[in-house]
Amino acid sequence: MVLTLAFRNLVHDRVRLAVTLVGILFAIVLVAVQLGLYQGARKMIISMIDNAQGEIWITAFGAKSFEEAGLLSGRERHAVLSVPGVQGVTPLTVAFTEWRKPAGGSALIVLVGADPAAGGLQPWNMVQGTPASLTEPHAVAVDKTYMENLGVTRISDIAQVEQTRVKVAALTDGIRSFTMAPYVFTSLSRARTMLGLEPNQATFFLVKLDDPATTEAVRNEIKSRLANVDVLTQAEFRDRSLDHWLFGTGAGVALIGGAILGILVGTVIVAQTLYSSTKDHLREFATLRALGSSAGYIHRVILMQAALSAILGYVLGMTIAMVVVHFSEQTALPILMTPELAIGLFVLTLAMCAISAVSAILKVTKLDPAMVFAR
Amino acid sequence: MSSEAVLVATDVVKELGQGAGLVRALKGVSVSLNPGELTLLMGPSGSGKTTLLSILGCILGPTSGNIRVAGTPTANLGPEALAEVRRRHIGFVFQSYNLFPTLNAEENVRLALDVRGRRGRLAADQAREALTKVGLSHKFKSYPGNMSGGEQQRVAVARALASAPSLLLADEPTAALDSENGQAVMALLSEIAKDKSHAVLAVTHDHRTLPYADRIIHIEDGLIVSDERPERVRDAIVTPPPTIPLDEVRSEHAPSEGASGGGSRRAKKRKMKTYG
Repeated sequence: MVLTLAFRNLVHDRVRLAVTLVGILFAIVLVAVQLGLYQGARKMIISMIDNAQGEIWITAFGAKSFEEAGLLSGRERHAVLSVPGVQGVTPLTVAFTEWRKPAGGSALIVLVGADPAAGGLQPWNMVQGTPASLTEPHAVAVDKTYMENLGVTRISDIAQVEQTRVKVAALTDGIRSFTMAPYVFTSLSRARTMLGLEPNQATFFLVKLDDPATTEAVRNEIKSRLANVDVLTQAEFRDRSLDHWLFGTGAGVALIGGAILGILVGTVIVAQTLYSSTKDHLREFATLRALGSSAGYIHRVILMQAALSAILGYVLGMTIAMVVVHFSEQTALPILMTPELAIGLFVLTLAMCAISAVSAILKVTKLDPAMVFAR
Repeated sequence: MSSEAVLVATDVVKELGQGAGLVRALKGVSVSLNPGELTLLMGPSGSGKTTLLSILGCILGPTSGNIRVAGTPTANLGPEALAEVRRRHIGFVFQSYNLFPTLNAEENVRLALDVRGRRGRLAADQAREALTKVGLSHKFKSYPGNMSGGEQQRVAVARALASAPSLLLADEPTAALDSENGQAVMALLSEIAKDKSHAVLAVTHDHRTLPYADRIIHIEDGLIVSDERPERVRDAIVTPPPTIPLDEVRSEHAPSEGASGGGSRRAKKRKMKTYG
């Protein structure tokens, strides 16, 4: 009967139910978009690190992220190669630089130089061409999402990076950049030339181990041998990049702040409508109390109303959120909806509605059952 | 009073408000209610009837005095313990019926059983049985909004009866009903009181209810001023208790709040259907 009474109380006043559902829907969509953007941003920030084939990253001291790191001289590579347990060390060059469009104009890019044969960091999700395509003269790989930004339309289009002519030799799909400066892959030697680096210089040395289980020990050994560099595990470098882009720049705080705002607004709207519904049904709750119901029974009715509101609101909110997610898929800032986020949102919605029920529960806690005798 | 009394209240005092606004609503009331009796509690407005009903029904606590419901002392119990006493021993019928408008008749009765932890098919059967007893076997699925005042009050009586309470308290049960429906409800309460497992106390202003009483208590200014047994009262009443079959008092009567009407002639000719 608790479920029946809660459901009937809820649908009894349809206008109020609509307001409640709009409140929850608004909160769900806002939180889903904000957290989905956060998830999307997180994925973009760490995608390069996660797709690199190595357990340890050697970076210049104080490197902030994958995109913002100083240069290493090159002598580090030999030092690391002599450490027991190290299988290989792959140099990578990464830097912001300028892309000149074929039809004029320019765009900021992140140039990623890696030796295609070394396998340290190759473009992935390739829809045209292969990693080996980068060995062709002037070859670069770009992502489909950014072709318009880069002023190219197809394979073989010619552009320029700094003073060097480049040719689009491969296309990837879904390698997006949080900085909005597209990643452009090329070979290590070509990247060094474009960026004007010495032959041994690199932004990172990516260390591949014989046994990934020895990561911590090998990392400590490398640290003891190299001064003035950071020696980071993949997880540490990932966290550092996330810290820099999401919290150092305030972008993540803004996204999480938006989500919290959504939760607050949703909570207030649901709390108001639940309180008003409880107030309207106060005489009925007093009757229940006079009939001998425990306070807990009445609280269960109110919490059930909140839970039903949450379920209905969640279904509606997620339907709209999934439409927004779908339309964001092909944009430079996709909203990522994972099963974990969907489940988390459901739990959050239930919690939001349960918290909203507190004011209503406090109201009935103070209920005087003698009001059943009020004329 | 009798050791078999369902309810025994001794020297009950109730003070309402505080400071200069302090009012002694009850000034030392002692009363006991016995099973098998329909007792009317009468008195002018402000005499303390409803306050006494609230205290006897374990809804309000007394300022001082002792109350035992089915042998359980209730004077110093907290709200949850009082709720349990109500759950176990007391059924209520209210002036305004206090039915849940979003639930049908059967669900309204089942709710009272649900509160007592009785659920499922057995509860549904008990609810239907209670509704059948009050002559509403044809209204299981009707909503309060589609029922007459008399029918709603009979659903309220069924709700109070379903859990088989030893004490049935009715607050102005006929006040919102027309004459015919009011008499039918009183006849029903009278029949319920004949069952030796219930004591029935009804607060009322309505002198048409007097013929149904086994006992009449008058209260004024917070004190019981008379406690009379039926014969003397009934002798004084000119009109005999009407015998209206419950099934005849149906939705043909609009839910006329407080209205009095003549009722159907056909109904009056028929004999009263026995409760139970």
